[in-house]
Amino acid sequence: MSAEPVKTGTARERAVAALAGLPCEPGVPKPDPILIADSVVRRFGGLTAVDVKHVEVQRGSITALIGPNGAGKTTFFNLLTGFDVPDEGSWTFNGASLSGVAAHKVARSGMVRTFQLTKALSKLRVIDNMRLGATGQKGESFWRALVPGVWKQQEAEITARAEELLTRFKLIAKRDDFAGSLSGGQRKLLEMARALMVQPEMVMLDEPMAGVNPALTQSLLGHVKQLREDGMTVLFVEHDMDMVHDISDWIIVMGQGGVIAEGTPDKVMADPRVIDAYLGAHHDGAVKTVGGEEIDAGELAEGSEVALIPAVDELEQEAAGDSAESGADGKDRS
Amino acid sequence: MRRAVIMLTAFLACVMLSFGIGATSAWADGESLQGTLKNGDAPVAGVKIKAFTQDGAPVGEATSDAQGKWSIPVPAAGTYRVDLDQSTLPAGVTVSNGRPSLSPPVADGQARNVLFPLGSGAAGNAPGQNQPGVPKAPSSLDRYADLLYSGLHFSLIIALAALGISLIFGTTGLTNFAHGEMVTFGALMAFLFNVTIGLPLVVSGLIAVAIGAAAGYFQDRTFWGWLRKRRTNLVTMMIISIGLSLTLRYVFLYFFGGESRAFADFNAQPGHQYGPFLIAPKNLICDAIAIIVLVAVSWALLGTRLGKATRAVADNPALAAASGINVDRIIRLVWTIGGGLAALSGVILGAYQNVGYQMGFQILLLVFAAVTLGGFGTAWGALIGSLVIGLFIQFSTLWIPTELKTVGALAVLIVILLFRPQGILGRRTRIG
Amino acid sequence: MNWQSIFSVSLEAIIGSTTIAYALAAIGLNVHFGYTGLLNFGQSAFVGVGAYGIAMTVSTFDLPLWLGVLIGIGASMILALLLGIPTLRLRADYLAIVTIAAAEIIRLMYRATDLRKWTGASDGLQGFSQDFYDLNPFKGTSGINIGDIITFTDRETWILVVGWALIALSCLFVWLLMKSPWGRVLKAIREDEDAVRSLGKNVFSYKMQSLVIGGVIGCLGGFVFALDRAAVQPDTYGTEFTFFAYTIVILGGAARVFGPVVGSAIFWVLLVFIDAFISEAINHKDVPSWLISTTQAGSVRYIIVGLGLMLLLIFRPQGIFGDKREVMLDVR
Repeated sequence: MSAEPVKTGTARERAVAALAGLPCEPGVPKPDPILIADSVVRRFGGLTAVDVKHVEVQRGSITALIGPNGAGKTTFFNLLTGFDVPDEGSWTFNGASLSGVAAHKVARSGMVRTFQLTKALSKLRVIDNMRLGATGQKGESFWRALVPGVWKQQEAEITARAEELLTRFKLIAKRDDFAGSLSGGQRKLLEMARALMVQPEMVMLDEPMAGVNPALTQSLLGHVKQLREDGMTVLFVEHDMDMVHDISDWIIVMGQGGVIAEGTPDKVMADPRVIDAYLGAHHDGAVKTVGGEEIDAGELAEGSEVALIPAVDELEQEAAGDSAESGADGKDRS
Repeated sequence: MRRAVIMLTAFLACVMLSFGIGATSAWADGESLQGTLKNGDAPVAGVKIKAFTQDGAPVGEATSDAQGKWSIPVPAAGTYRVDLDQSTLPAGVTVSNGRPSLSPPVADGQARNVLFPLGSGAAGNAPGQNQPGVPKAPSSLDRYADLLYSGLHFSLIIALAALGISLIFGTTGLTNFAHGEMVTFGALMAFLFNVTIGLPLVVSGLIAVAIGAAAGYFQDRTFWGWLRKRRTNLVTMMIISIGLSLTLRYVFLYFFGGESRAFADFNAQPGHQYGPFLIAPKNLICDAIAIIVLVAVSWALLGTRLGKATRAVADNPALAAASGINVDRIIRLVWTIGGGLAALSGVILGAYQNVGYQMGFQILLLVFAAVTLGGFGTAWGALIGSLVIGLFIQFSTLWIPTELKTVGALAVLIVILLFRPQGILGRRTRIG
Repeated sequence: MNWQSIFSVSLEAIIGSTTIAYALAAIGLNVHFGYTGLLNFGQSAFVGVGAYGIAMTVSTFDLPLWLGVLIGIGASMILALLLGIPTLRLRADYLAIVTIAAAEIIRLMYRATDLRKWTGASDGLQGFSQDFYDLNPFKGTSGINIGDIITFTDRETWILVVGWALIALSCLFVWLLMKSPWGRVLKAIREDEDAVRSLGKNVFSYKMQSLVIGGVIGCLGGFVFALDRAAVQPDTYGTEFTFFAYTIVILGGAARVFGPVVGSAIFWVLLVFIDAFISEAINHKDVPSWLISTTQAGSVRYIIVGLGLMLLLIFRPQGIFGDKREVMLDVR
């Protein structure tokens, strides 16, 4: 971290410039991709959750991965980060193949993720949560752990770095508290700060705004933008359209398991395919007015306000997907 | 609630009075050698046992009593030689391991148990788990037929318990280690009504099932339901169920005593020949009852509204609750049915192999094997898994000694978990 | 009522050999369950492997005792690997079932009459402890005698000294480990494996290491147990042993270095006291014989332990010394 203030906008400008002028087609190649995925397929029983032909993520940008419920974005996210195993397909990170690689090795190669249901380790103190994040710790190897002299020095360095990050995320006052005593928003910040201890190249955020109260949103957004300034690539899954529009340099839209659109925020928001997917012309769910009557999506008057509330069967699909991902067959994935 | 507590206390008092009187055996003060002579489950009386010091000086002798018990006090701690006088054994009974002379050491203050395993030439059609391997020489076809039938019969017993455990797991997520005790409880209740009170076995069995179901209901209503409401996590509840299993097992031991005993009716009923199968009619009747009950419960799960609701809760409790199903009521129903099924399993097992304080615990691991094999949380899985385990455990005696047949089944369990932890029928989305 | 003898055995239980053996088993189990969250319900198998390791090496194969010790430790490491490789990737309750099954298999193998010439079957093995007692520096002395209430013979004193030394070493070992970054990873795994994976740590490897360490410490308990009694018997190493060990771990406070030691002392003092009290009461006819007989007295200890475990888990899962904020068993 440099001492002088970074001019916000430099990394952003570079990202926007690199992506400008690219055709907004699904699977369009990027000038400097950090992540390239090919023909990735994942099925659950008879259901094809993910079927992505080709997608690339630009280095140094903030890319959003959006789509209606059941589109497969969480599954795809889990596949990329090693928390699930694909049926077919491959992807590379910085040129090295990561398909089928275990989650911890993915993290070690420089791609770190956060979780939608925050996994701040509440039985550990905040500072210990942070120390845990550092990689290459000599003290983490069994025999060397027994000799404090071997790792004490490194531990001090790690602690210093952790305190710096905690200060930046305004959590330093909570340093010695158990993470369980933090508020939901503070835990989100802690998880993000802890991920930075890994010194990753790419940060994968799983619904970072989920459950966050509006007062904290701006602060979180600021931190995400700072990640880009610090040279990292960010890919995040989100439902909050405002956030997506606000900070993304590029948006990838998924629907029914595949990528249905890609492009800059303005272009994507106006893309008829995207609107289609969200308003559900091919979903069998109808649209309900505030008064409760059901009307067809096509009958909506120009300029009417539409809110998206997922249908129960989509919840089921999502639940089926979730429980399968979380090791429902009895296996932990490691 | 209060009435239930009073009723339960009254039952326990009855049980206490009736069992407590029977199971005393005075232990000699100071050091002694002692034992119980049994041929299978039948006590062997009138056998002479002699004890000597290591130098050959005689120390004492005893004759086994009507319960097969004998006891010889010895002057101090040390190693002694104990000889069983084979000429005093009844006709057809021998020391099955061929060692009528043993040299056990006696520690300070110890009443040392000495085991002379006895066996006879002809095997009954009920291979119990505590008997050492007994050789038999009928034809191969007879043997296979016997193994096939005993495997199927055993499968049904396991299936009744497995169905309950599977449903409880499916709806609540709890791996109930105390389920074995619910099986034993059913057998003990049947014993109480049949042997102590004197009702016919069929009636006692029905009462036992009813009490078992009530016990299941009671358990959920007062204990498990309360723990769930306190949001106790599942691991803690599982360990609690292990503690409960231990407690109940020794409560049973306390009241019932350590020996296995038989029901009063249909004891040692001779088998009828059905082609190559030699089966006692009582077992066939039990089979019929078990099959009817299993089919009825399965049909109810598939066909009735309540059954569908149960499967919905087992699949996804949150979603089921959101669709308006009263999850607590379903869970209570599952515990009640599970309790009744376990009790029935106990009654049938008791008729097959006699009643003992550990009988349910001894099959618990096999039940877990069956449920894991078939797929935790699915009803069909429990049934199929039980079938496989029951048959496997009997047929495995063709290759491994009878006393190790449990080992075979447990080894299979571990192998299954290695390669296909969701079992045969478990689908990935069904568990958890 | 001979109160003196009741108090005598109860106080002796504070430092006695049973306490030591169970403390070691519990320290090992604490590493598994308290610190890593592994539901190892087969700890009795590790203890048994240690005990039978030295017993079989000396009695059956006529080899020296120190070799038996090495074999015991080696066998418990192998057992940990065998148990761990298939199961550490499974969910918690599957691990519990498999470890119980494995422990039962081992116990049944010890009991098997076919294997009698190696294991002694249900009679067990004796006569392997001579080498150990030959090293006894207290031989010929009068052992320990505190006011005639707490007495130990010279043989017992030796096993006590060795046993407590092993406990001290194990505690030091555990303390060093758990203070280190390695221990930190373990505690994190206990709470949420996915979080730890997402930070680049190989969760499976850590769990395996934990299983081996806890297993070896448990095996030390088996050594103490066997040498003290100068005998091994298969039924000692059954599921009841593991349940007692769990109760001790939870009583003392899971994930606390001295928790298992204090837990074991308190546990055994209570249990020995109750056993002795009931025996005396029955022998002196203070209690009507229809209420409880000598045979039934044996059941009482298990009923109390079972109830105790349940009450602990429900009302005080952190035990005596545990920190409520750190304990994974709490009611959420």
